[in-house]
Amino acid sequence: MVENVKELLKLHESITHEVYLDNENSTIVPQEVLDAMLPYYNKKAYGNPTLTHKPGWEAFETIMGCFGKISKYMGAKNLEEITFTPSETEANNLAIMASCFAQKDKGKKIVISEIEPINVLQVTEMMSKFGFSTTKIPVNSEGFINLEKLKEAIDSQTVLVSIAAVNNEVGTIQPIKEAVDIVKTKNPNTLFHTDASDAYGRIPLNVQQLGVDMATVSSFKIQGPRGIGAFYLKEGVNLERILEGPIGTQKLWPGVENTPLIVGFTKASELAFTDFEANVAKLRGLRDKLVDGIFNELTDLRFNGPKGDKRSPDNANISILRCEGEALTIELSLKGVYVSSGSACSRRLLQPSHVLIAIGRIFEEAHGSILMKVTRSHTEDDISYVLDVLPSAVNRIRGIVGSTGVH
Amino acid sequence: MSRIPLPYNPKVMDLFRNPKNLGKMEDATVVAVAGNPACGDMITFYLKINEQTQVIEKAQFESYGCAANIATSSIVTEMIKGLTLEKAWIDITWKKVTDEIGGLPSVKFHCGVLAVGALKRAIRLYFDQKSIAYPSWLSKEHTFEEKQALEEEELAKTLSKRMKPEAEKQQ
Repeated sequence: MVENVKELLKLHESITHEVYLDNENSTIVPQEVLDAMLPYYNKKAYGNPTLTHKPGWEAFETIMGCFGKISKYMGAKNLEEITFTPSETEANNLAIMASCFAQKDKGKKIVISEIEPINVLQVTEMMSKFGFSTTKIPVNSEGFINLEKLKEAIDSQTVLVSIAAVNNEVGTIQPIKEAVDIVKTKNPNTLFHTDASDAYGRIPLNVQQLGVDMATVSSFKIQGPRGIGAFYLKEGVNLERILEGPIGTQKLWPGVENTPLIVGFTKASELAFTDFEANVAKLRGLRDKLVDGIFNELTDLRFNGPKGDKRSPDNANISILRCEGEALTIELSLKGVYVSSGSACSRRLLQPSHVLIAIGRIFEEAHGSILMKVTRSHTEDDISYVLDVLPSAVNRIRGIVGSTGVH
Repeated sequence: MSRIPLPYNPKVMDLFRNPKNLGKMEDATVVAVAGNPACGDMITFYLKINEQTQVIEKAQFESYGCAANIATSSIVTEMIKGLTLEKAWIDITWKKVTDEIGGLPSVKFHCGVLAVGALKRAIRLYFDQKSIAYPSWLSKEHTFEEKQALEEEELAKTLSKRMKPEAEKQQ
């Protein structure tokens, strides 16, 4: 298997230009973020922040500074409301498990949307082992949650609602504040969690103004290092810890704090939030150039998710009809353009993207979809290169499809 | 989205990049389809058969499918060219095709087996369409590969039924 990968990589040797657009699944960490992190491995603050020596105190001071900055960027009231976790997955697991366990005597109902990230779908499903049931709120063809159905779903037994602020696949910006108001009016004791990983650094985000009790953000979704994320818990809300071990600076997550990653995440956040509006305008400009260019070059496309102000500025998701997505990701890779697809082709269960199906796309449209996210590190030249190679890649795959499946 | 690594081997990659016998065949003796675009895999298989000798003179394919599906379809068309229907039916098995292609990631089984299912289906269809009695080597019962194709098509139907009826369609 590893030999195969070596051969696969050899096929890419002649690539002259590379454009990484799969920022949904990992990212390129800018050099200045790495430069900020590296000293914390061997030059300073390499101690455990809970211990009584200089490297420990240095680590403590550094981490506290990072708590402060991240709490400010998220709009939290104070830094105690922030917990660093290894990623979005862990923060979402923490939010759901810890809030359900803490309130199990009040009720056993969870409400989420149909288009939550897979980790939320899976952890809520797992909670059925503990007697919790989950209701999924439907979305419309642009991915917006049905607020009427949300209202109907909340009752005295509902302990938790979890709805992502921005959908990670189709970029829909949800009306979280309205959703929180609806939920709290119906049951003031219901806790509200939002996975804001795709909102952070892209749209104005303020957890206090939204009124949520819990929120998740992720480092690699804003060009930070992988392996670190942050969890917001509103002051006064009690959760039950889900992991045990020596507690350091954060009572919800045991273990030794990872200072370099926390510093990297904080630096990536700083870069995203300094000149925030200019950064967002850049993302939007690059994304629009990409989408407009693709629609100019090709026919039989579907744009997935909303257009305009209600869409995250970095997200482009397009279904290419008569073109199988997995084949297209490989064809594009051989040309140095890296994207992901909602195709099901690598699973025996044959499940294409649940988000695309939930917004009403038929299976063929989901299998032929590609997801691309631009970052502020991309250039106009990068987008031009993608537009140079994408049409011929699509046309080659469409040539293999030929008349198959055309009725 | 998938999290399964897919280290395709060089043979698969070569056939994905340069598929052989690709395209619609206008003068095909028999055309068989296997799979369903809802499952992400569908193949059209074209055979030109010499009706005197029952030799496969030409085989072509079109594929709505992943790299594994494309490569497997391509290699099957090469393997059967010049074979009698009997030899193609008996010799061309899923195992033989995977050996020939140098193996596929296990998760790609259903994408690859479809090509063999399409071949077997085309051969059966030839006798059905010409109303020729099945020769002794052609079993009435579906082969393993035909069953796999049927299973995938059934699954597509089930999945399509489970789709949201209330979701409005977008243009």
